[in-house]
Amino acid sequence: MTRQLTILSLLLLLLAGLVTVATGLGYLHIPVGQVLEIGWAHLTGTPPAADIDSRFPVIVTDIRLPRIIAATLVGGGLAVAGGVFQALLLNPLADPYTLGVSSGAAFGASLAIILSLFGIALPLSWTVPFFAFAGALATLVVVFSLASADSRFSSNTLILAGVIVAAILSAGIGFIKYMADEEVSIIIFWLMGSLVGKTWQEVLLVLTITLPCLLVIFYFARDLNIMALGEKTADSLGVESIKVRKLLLTVATLMTAGCVAISGIIGFIGLIVPHLLRLLVGADNRLLLPACFLAGAILLLAADTVTRALLPHEIPIGVLTALIGGPFFCYIFRKRQLGRGR
Amino acid sequence: MMTGTAPLFVLDRCSFGYTATPVLVDISMDLDSGRFYGLLGPNGSGKTTLLDLLTGAAHPLAGRLTFHGREVGTYGKAALARLLAVVPQDLHISFDFTVYDVVMMGRHPFIPRFSPPSTADIDLVQAALAEMDISALQHRSVMHLSGGERQRVLVARALAQNTPVLLLDEPTASLDIRHTLDIMKILRRKVTETGITVIATIHDLDLASVFCDELIVLHAGSLYCHGPVAAVMTAPLIREVFAAEAVVFNDELLGKPRVQYRYA
Repeated sequence: MTRQLTILSLLLLLLAGLVTVATGLGYLHIPVGQVLEIGWAHLTGTPPAADIDSRFPVIVTDIRLPRIIAATLVGGGLAVAGGVFQALLLNPLADPYTLGVSSGAAFGASLAIILSLFGIALPLSWTVPFFAFAGALATLVVVFSLASADSRFSSNTLILAGVIVAAILSAGIGFIKYMADEEVSIIIFWLMGSLVGKTWQEVLLVLTITLPCLLVIFYFARDLNIMALGEKTADSLGVESIKVRKLLLTVATLMTAGCVAISGIIGFIGLIVPHLLRLLVGADNRLLLPACFLAGAILLLAADTVTRALLPHEIPIGVLTALIGGPFFCYIFRKRQLGRGR
Repeated sequence: MMTGTAPLFVLDRCSFGYTATPVLVDISMDLDSGRFYGLLGPNGSGKTTLLDLLTGAAHPLAGRLTFHGREVGTYGKAALARLLAVVPQDLHISFDFTVYDVVMMGRHPFIPRFSPPSTADIDLVQAALAEMDISALQHRSVMHLSGGERQRVLVARALAQNTPVLLLDEPTASLDIRHTLDIMKILRRKVTETGITVIATIHDLDLASVFCDELIVLHAGSLYCHGPVAAVMTAPLIREVFAAEAVVFNDELLGKPRVQYRYA
């Protein structure tokens, strides 16, 4: 119990430290002490001290912080969703996009972009997240109805349904890209994921979706543990496993859809983080899932800070996480293969 | 706990099947509390399916099955889990839970959400670990156990659940002789001393004869016969149901029929 609290508080401390440091980094360097002063002044509603550059408070509260908070929420949300999918599908290689949610969101976003290119004048900053979110949810509905022939919602049925739907949607995205012709770069940039220019409205949007989802997931964390024993045994221990499975699949997908809607497709956070943490803190979801949130937030914020403040040019965050995540995936895959051979 | 004359389980013409293939046909019998039942039958005779009906994992397509006078399907899962523990044939687990974690999962129906286990829960878990001779393994991951060790973890988990009824699907299938006898002795002792009911599928006819009170024999999805060990276990039954030749003799020391196969 004390060990669990130690790990969680360490991660929390690390995240708080990283948020502070990341806020100071950027084109204009702001010392950590001043970041804290500005934050404190903002929280208490007092004017910032006179020795602070007058541009700094605006940079901190209106430009950097929304993006930083968005990165922590998206990273944390994706990591928890990944952990939930792995636990539900009894497959350590599942991720938040296993049910085709990313393809659904990508299709929705591409549709919004192509509609605007064809002169249907809607503000992209609103239509893209909205269409992406709707696309992700529509995909979930289709996958569920495909899988519902199997009344137990078994993991293989769900994964297969997800693969089929994602394949169809990818073809649809390809077609939209072809139609977009020379404007295709807007779609491609969205697909690679980015946190550039996130506003407080978008942060609020993600927060209102992720917070209730996280609460539901943490509520069922112990049931998730029992469900690792398989459905029959879980039922015999008093867990309504089919109901819990449907509920948590929906909630985890909802959370993923919320994250994807504002950030685009960010891969591998949802795969690596639960995996790494299972090695560090064990398989107990009551500790694993909160730890996933903190570690996912730390990882995405670190990656976003690297691309925003340290690299000479911003590269899309989805590309950066996949570049780190891809080799890791290979490593896990290889290790599993070797493990099976023994 | 219910004692006296009311039967624990009543099966009335229960049938079950998967898409047009009947697995169990017209099973009718009463099962009483405080007895050790051996569920016998060749491969594919419907033993596991019958256990599924008793545990509520499957519901009869026709007929009625009651537990304490109520249809099994009308119990909530949590209520049933406090009355009835189940040991499956095998455990497939893809995550690194420790042996202790898995055995503690047996206490899940009794521990309120967000509460840590009480000292009583911990004592039950430690007792179950000791009875199954796996106390030394308790901090090991269940993913790295041998088949026999995993099976003992499953039985320990059910013992920790500490229910008046215990249903086991081939609890000794992958165990060496020492641990096989240990499990059978512990189950026998619990039935005799604490009055719980045990229903276990068993392949070893000799083992079933020595440890059980009554035997239920399934053959091709039908109830072949059901009754006290001495009445059921005979050489003609072994020939007809299991297609094997054997000598059945009375072990005067144990007062039980014993089975010796003829290999010629």
